[in-house]
Amino acid sequence: MEMNQYLSIFIDEANDHLQSLNEKMLQLEQQPEDISIVQVIFRSAHTLKGMSATMEFKDLAALTHEMENVLDLVRNSKLSMNSHIFDTLFKCLDALEAMVQDVIDGGMGTGDVQDLVVTLQGIVKGDVGATAPATSQSTAKSSSGTIGSARGSIQLDQYQRSILSQSLEGGHSAFYIEVMVREDCVLKAARAYMVFDVLERNGEVVKSYPSVQDIEQEKFERSFSVYYITQVDEASLQESISRVSEIESVTLVKLDQGSLSELEETATNQQIKEEAKQETAAAIAKPVDGTAARPAASAPSSGSAAPRTIRVDIERLDSLMNLFSELLIDRVRLEQLASEVHRNDLTETVEHMARVSTDLQNIVLKLRMVPVESVFNRFPRMVRDLAKSLDKKVDLIITGAETELDRTVIDEIGDPLVHLIRNAVDHGIESISDRVKAGKSETGTVNLRAFHSGNHVFIEIEEDGKGINRDKVLETAIKRGVVTPDEAKKLTDDDINMLIFAAGFSTADIVSDISGRGVGLDVVRSKIIALGGHVSVTSKYGAGTKFSIQLPLTLSIITAMMIKLGSEKYAFPLSSIVETGSIPRSSIRSLHGTSIIDYRNSIIPVVSLSQLVDCPDFNDEQEEESELLIVRKGDKMVGVLVDEFIGQSEIVLKPLGKYLSSNLGLVSGATILGDGYVALIIDPNALIK
Amino acid sequence: MAEEMKVIVFTLGKEEYGIEVDKVRTIERLTSITRVPKTPEFVKGVINLRGVVIPVIDLRGRFGLPESDLGENARIIIVAANDLEVGFIVDSANDVIDVMSDTIESPPEVVGGIRAKYLSGVAKVSETRLLILLNLSEVLNRGEIIQLEQLGE
Repeated sequence: MEMNQYLSIFIDEANDHLQSLNEKMLQLEQQPEDISIVQVIFRSAHTLKGMSATMEFKDLAALTHEMENVLDLVRNSKLSMNSHIFDTLFKCLDALEAMVQDVIDGGMGTGDVQDLVVTLQGIVKGDVGATAPATSQSTAKSSSGTIGSARGSIQLDQYQRSILSQSLEGGHSAFYIEVMVREDCVLKAARAYMVFDVLERNGEVVKSYPSVQDIEQEKFERSFSVYYITQVDEASLQESISRVSEIESVTLVKLDQGSLSELEETATNQQIKEEAKQETAAAIAKPVDGTAARPAASAPSSGSAAPRTIRVDIERLDSLMNLFSELLIDRVRLEQLASEVHRNDLTETVEHMARVSTDLQNIVLKLRMVPVESVFNRFPRMVRDLAKSLDKKVDLIITGAETELDRTVIDEIGDPLVHLIRNAVDHGIESISDRVKAGKSETGTVNLRAFHSGNHVFIEIEEDGKGINRDKVLETAIKRGVVTPDEAKKLTDDDINMLIFAAGFSTADIVSDISGRGVGLDVVRSKIIALGGHVSVTSKYGAGTKFSIQLPLTLSIITAMMIKLGSEKYAFPLSSIVETGSIPRSSIRSLHGTSIIDYRNSIIPVVSLSQLVDCPDFNDEQEEESELLIVRKGDKMVGVLVDEFIGQSEIVLKPLGKYLSSNLGLVSGATILGDGYVALIIDPNALIK
Repeated sequence: MAEEMKVIVFTLGKEEYGIEVDKVRTIERLTSITRVPKTPEFVKGVINLRGVVIPVIDLRGRFGLPESDLGENARIIIVAANDLEVGFIVDSANDVIDVMSDTIESPPEVVGGIRAKYLSGVAKVSETRLLILLNLSEVLNRGEIIQLEQLGE
């Protein structure tokens, strides 16, 4: 089998499963009694195992297999989770991650899993002794409902079981029938239908696997099985089913009261195997061929169902967007031509096209945006491990994970965040005893927030730890030659806090004795600056520290107010606009050389955009009444005089190109309007000093 | 062994200039240019090149030549060098020729008022035809534009 073409699919899916495993394990750690979470974990591990086996990544498959054994005991209530098991499983996840990374790097996903396998086997054998999965019959039965729904296998529910046993009491025969169609069978569904036809003429099907619907839609591989009640004897039943052509084999198992429960168990095991095969096939084939069979088994999976997505190369999205911009330009041209030609049918067509392209635009624009969740979701696990190894108690509270950022930024922001969060837990949050001494709760809190503001996204990491020791920072800075003692005297508290970003400033020396990791915050800062962002820190000694990262949306969609200055058009991010309106020129007064206006009983400065941008064909001084935008940055406001409002619109932020990006304070980027014209985006922050 | 290289030929006034063909992405007709405030005079602004915003500079202005009205034949040559993409406004661009490397001489100190550092050489195409080859990395030197911007402030 040619594997290369499936490799990227495997990697993507494996990463998804690992992520989901990590999340669910953390969740389970909070609610160890919740068997439904174990079910989800089990399924993920199981799928991963199947995938790995298919791709012949043996170590991966071996490890997931052992994990599955442990999880199987847990979900059957044969084993309760304890911290040893959690730690082992988390270690397994790390090992799996390393192995998947190896696959990404072109390896065969090998890894030294022997120790982990032994530990896992020890857990299986250990306290719970003889309760290997196969012998855990009675428990399996008591929880058969959940297993059944989870796997969609041929587990019988209470009702069906009672039908079978009543039929047996009533002198009917009950069979478990497994039918295998021939490999070269062309119309599997039709054959299956014929088999069902035979069966239904002679008795009653209690339960089938896969479901009748799935069988009709050919959603099965080669075999299906049924529980069946009939008065016909075994031999003639066998014969009549075999008479259907293209059937390879028919296996009949006669049921009695005793075998009913036993069979149920074996059936499950067979189904598990069967399902592993199918799931793998589906997992691999799905993205290639949307119509590939997806077994019923995965249908009833609860909240963890993977979102229906398709992975697209980011460059393709870029070119899609560019092509789309061209389409827009042509659209405007067409509209113009249509208005000249005066033909109704042409006008109607162009109007329709305009509507379609507007919808299309919305879709295209949103394709590139990804919630920061994809970065954030690795942190709960990280904080857990870190807190554990440092013997601290830490709550990580994530808000705004749905905030969307451009894909390119998302890819880059992970490492700096890891560093800052590590810092927060390691250096920020105190040990339990120190916290108690300081009169704080035992558990420290790390807040990780993301939110939009203007054409920026802010990510904040705030903890309620010990804060930055101003004097110590200053001392270290002087010692390291980062600042001279003279300079130091002039620094404000904020300036001093910023010193921790200086190169060669090990964080370990500032707030904690715990060793740093050899990477300074200067690396974090340079990375963020490279992204066109900005990082700042505020801290209150004894009460905590907050790192705030401001990131641009390098290529993203914002809602903007479009304005006009003579023949030029500009965009203002709507999020920083408080109000729009118009004022008579006479109400603008001068105060010590600064123009000011009275705005809702407070005095705010006004600036003229046409003067700021040296507009060639418009000057508001000639106007009697001026259009005015009130722009806010924090608690400061400023009025901006413009020529005319065009209106709100969604715009795509585009960089101005490297050649110009050096010193353009006033302009934060550009956007391409529907008519192909490039409009500059004003950075409202630059208007407020 | 003389190597052959293909160059795009364009004109500024009466002079003919050449840029190596592999540095040129495309040649476009003039389209609407959006002025960018607070930039040096020769930066005409930005254009939309099939969805990408690209700065455009007037090569005459860049070289300190007098500006002239752009006619029908004026073109924007989009070049990519030094990791930058920039459009050059030229009077016309309509030829591709092969230049043998052994016909290229180092630039004389003064050529039509243009500082020699912007030029990488002069190629003698025929008895009557001289082609001035641009030194793109100098023309696109950002250090210089940053200086100019700061002067403007």
